[in-house]
Amino acid sequence: MTTAAAPSRFRRTHRESGTDDTSVPARRRFTPWLLIAPGGLWLLVFFIIPLVSLGVLSLEDGGISNYSNVISDNATVIIRTFIYATIATIAAIAIGYPLAYVIATKGGKYKNLLLALVVLPFFVTYLVRTLSWKILLFDGGPVVGVLQSIGILNENQSVLGSPFAVIAALTYNFLPFMVLPIYVSLEKIDWRLIDAAADLYSSPARAFRKITFRLSLPGLFAGTLLTFIPAAGDFVNSELLGSDRTVMIGNIIEKNFGKEFFRPELSALSFMLMAIILVGVIFYARILGTEEIV
Amino acid sequence: MSSANWMRALGRISLWIWAVLGLLFLFTPIFITVLYSFNEPSGKYNYVWNKFSFAGWSDPLKYPELTNALIYSLKIAVAVTLIATILGTLLGLAMVKYKFRAKGIIGAILILPLTMPEVVLGFSLLTLFVSVNWSRGFITIVIAQVMFSVSYVAVTVRARIRGFDWRLEEASLDLGASSLRTFRKITLPLIAPGVIAAAMLTFALSLDDFIITYLNSGLDNTFPIQIWNMKRSKIPVQINVFSTALLVISIAITITFVAYSNRQSKKLVGLTEGTDKVLAP
Repeated sequence: MTTAAAPSRFRRTHRESGTDDTSVPARRRFTPWLLIAPGGLWLLVFFIIPLVSLGVLSLEDGGISNYSNVISDNATVIIRTFIYATIATIAAIAIGYPLAYVIATKGGKYKNLLLALVVLPFFVTYLVRTLSWKILLFDGGPVVGVLQSIGILNENQSVLGSPFAVIAALTYNFLPFMVLPIYVSLEKIDWRLIDAAADLYSSPARAFRKITFRLSLPGLFAGTLLTFIPAAGDFVNSELLGSDRTVMIGNIIEKNFGKEFFRPELSALSFMLMAIILVGVIFYARILGTEEIV
Repeated sequence: MSSANWMRALGRISLWIWAVLGLLFLFTPIFITVLYSFNEPSGKYNYVWNKFSFAGWSDPLKYPELTNALIYSLKIAVAVTLIATILGTLLGLAMVKYKFRAKGIIGAILILPLTMPEVVLGFSLLTLFVSVNWSRGFITIVIAQVMFSVSYVAVTVRARIRGFDWRLEEASLDLGASSLRTFRKITLPLIAPGVIAAAMLTFALSLDDFIITYLNSGLDNTFPIQIWNMKRSKIPVQINVFSTALLVISIAITITFVAYSNRQSKKLVGLTEGTDKVLAP
């Protein structure tokens, strides 16, 4: 065994290892674990264990009835949360996909500049970005003025406090997370495929549907998750721009975490939020058939 | 024929218009942030345009609680960036350079924090701190932020160093360099652009984060938490002044980094081509 391994190791190191980076000399078998240990332990102690204990805590006292209590107490809020997150995600696709498409296909030498503009919002902290939305939507501000002049709003109606304000800001806050992954997957497409489709008498619309859209699905999938998940767990937008009518699951956790940590119901509520999202992710991956990217 | 061309031109134009509107949508609130740093609000809340003024810029430190919160945020960001960049880079290196059992599981655990709502991550960590009676403050904030930043760093580093020519390391060792020298002269320059990009991302994420930090901060105030606490009493211009200053600094740093990493990648291409010639059979 050892005599056989020695020459093969020699051969690998000097000839093949560049093309075959999976070859591992025996002496380096423990190296990856040394590299993984610090970060891995951090994630184990501060991510996995808390999640497990949250699950355990959510079953304390009432057991599974904690969940049914939480659901019946907060049914409207739970449904509202997922409706808001869904609309915000669809709006982000509607705005983000064409934007990513234009940057990837027509950007030319301005590609990097355009991408920089997409990421620009990240340079202003989340809370301040949301406050800027408050300025934009404030009574007497530009958005209210336009909506009143075209008759969508009455003189004394405002946008702040409405579901529209919350959903618009959710869309805005997570839009870059939609654009970037779609851009990355569009960027990878070999556009000669589209030329080939045209040569074979496919209409541009059909070529888009059958080739471009299909190949951008991994990006669309990632973008949807990166938009939907933070939107579903958010409480900042609803608190700063909404009202009692726009309370989301996050707001309930935010309002109660200080005084009643140990209330198993609150743990059940957050665990449920996570579980619904996980189930949704798996279901969505099935529909798109892009399981391998998760 | 010509009507089909017209349709196509129309489609192309509307696509452009839609994309420009999308960019405006992204850009407008940032513009508002900058613009309203020059406002002189009539009341305590900087929500309505009153008149142009340099009042905020000439007195940026007017609210010590806001200034202190910003300094606190920067301290947190430095600590988090140092720890998360090191831990995440090691993870990223392990994932790219080695094949080992449980690689799939480790990869999944790395992605998992990115697929969880922050409020769940923050709340579950808080229940851990409460159950072991650990009082919240600087350390718990750093722990919480490193927890989600490690994943971002590992994923970024992994993406940036995938497909590198690791034969360079072996060539260096074969030519008699020590492992330390090889790391310093070959590995580090090779991974540096990816690591710096990840560190910059971590720094930005740390300053940006509110939800997880807020749940695990106890009585300490980061810049976003201070704004959150002020929201019912006052929203002064200084918030916009600080944000605009940070925005300008971030843009400057990013431009510098892009220039640096372009130069670095040109150098690396030359190095790799050289090795190819030497190692080619």
